[in-house]
Amino acid sequence: MKNDKYEKIVSNNKAEETRARNAIVAFLIGGLVGLIGEGIIEVLCYMFKISRTDAGTYMIVILIFIASLCTALGFFDKLVNKAKCGLLIPITGFAHSMTSATLDYKKEGPISGFGSNMFKLAGSVILYGVVAAWVFGLIRFLLGGKI
Amino acid sequence: MTFKFDNVYVSDTSTVAGPYEKKGPLEKYFDKAYDELYFGESSWELAEQKLVEDSLKILLRKTKKKKDDISLVLGGDLSNQITATTFGTNKVRVGNAYFGLYNACATSVEELIIAASLIDSKKIDNAICITSSHNMTSEKQFRNPTEYGAPKPNSATFTATGAAGILLSNDKSKIKVESGTIGKIIDYAQNDPNNMGAVMSGAAAYTIAKHLEETKRKPEYYDLILTGDLGRYGKNIVTEFLKEEYKIDISKNYNDCGTMLYNLDEQEEVQAGGSGPVCSALVNYGLIMNKLKNKEIKKVLLVATGALFSPTTVFQGQNILSIAHAISLEVV
Repeated sequence: MKNDKYEKIVSNNKAEETRARNAIVAFLIGGLVGLIGEGIIEVLCYMFKISRTDAGTYMIVILIFIASLCTALGFFDKLVNKAKCGLLIPITGFAHSMTSATLDYKKEGPISGFGSNMFKLAGSVILYGVVAAWVFGLIRFLLGGKI
Repeated sequence: MTFKFDNVYVSDTSTVAGPYEKKGPLEKYFDKAYDELYFGESSWELAEQKLVEDSLKILLRKTKKKKDDISLVLGGDLSNQITATTFGTNKVRVGNAYFGLYNACATSVEELIIAASLIDSKKIDNAICITSSHNMTSEKQFRNPTEYGAPKPNSATFTATGAAGILLSNDKSKIKVESGTIGKIIDYAQNDPNNMGAVMSGAAAYTIAKHLEETKRKPEYYDLILTGDLGRYGKNIVTEFLKEEYKIDISKNYNDCGTMLYNLDEQEEVQAGGSGPVCSALVNYGLIMNKLKNKEIKKVLLVATGALFSPTTVFQGQNILSIAHAISLEVV
């Protein structure tokens, strides 16, 4: 049942959101994570004399490890809350979504617990990541790009 | 639907709270408060059961009752299949009969009305009403993994951690259960699970208006009218909507438990205020009982408010329904 009077009072009492501030915080922290990632690539390329592509893969693994460790130690959720989406959008957020879900369901056992709940949040990211890669790959192919 | 009660009294109450509630302004009114969220247990679900167990044991001790002296236990909470209160009550093995009830955060007053009706009609001598919620159990069940910590909008409320029990009896005491109003399911086409104040205010307004109409009372009859967990935005919505729709002004003697359980200015993590079935129960069975016992207030109307939904119904795009029940307590 729609009640116009009620709807009007509800919209007059909306909570104020600090969207601009949240966006700036997320932009700066997300950028910082990117900067750290780039730094890791440079260090890996320089120290181990490997290609940038290989260094990129190792960088992702390192960031996933750090984020998962922080989640497991129990303080990453507090950082995420402060950093808004700055830590959730980069690869750190992907790692965090899996580790946090795994921790939540450890008591329910390896099969019906963390085994089936690990991808509760990350499942969507993987599915749409693969779909998006397919779509953009197709577009690149049609535009005559290299496969 | 309003009932009057003649021989139902509050024997005593017990309140057990978690760390966020302990940091709030009502710490001294809790019988027990923990500093962390596991309470020595190995899962959130076991931790919530532990709260129920503690609360029941404290209540038996305070009222000097044996486990078999209790005719009926009524329990309810937010966990799936209301396991927290059922399992917690089973651990204490209290009472000769058990009722499991669910009306989300309106469960505590739902229990009080049923218990009072059974005592008033002389079917039972006494009953314990117990309710609980745990911030982490609720987060896990209704939202994201507990370690995820995704930012929420400012209108979101924070599920309180604790368990609270009350013993109603036909033995005379200082506090009388005077009357109760059973609410009905309200649907004002709200669908934002992060704005529960907007979901439940309509139900609160309906039940308050109905109670005043059926008892032929004015809001001033009560020293205090308290809603359960509308939070800082819902509090304004219910006041304004009662004035617009029902021409009732409650602004002078009204407050909301969700805004009283925490220090809203300092405890930023609670955002718009407390919620969960135990939010109103902790305030009512702690602070309000204390005020009634000391005769600081003599007549109070407790209106517990509940949002009726499941994560599945929300994902399917169905509206979030709401309900509110009211109970009137008076100092004899």
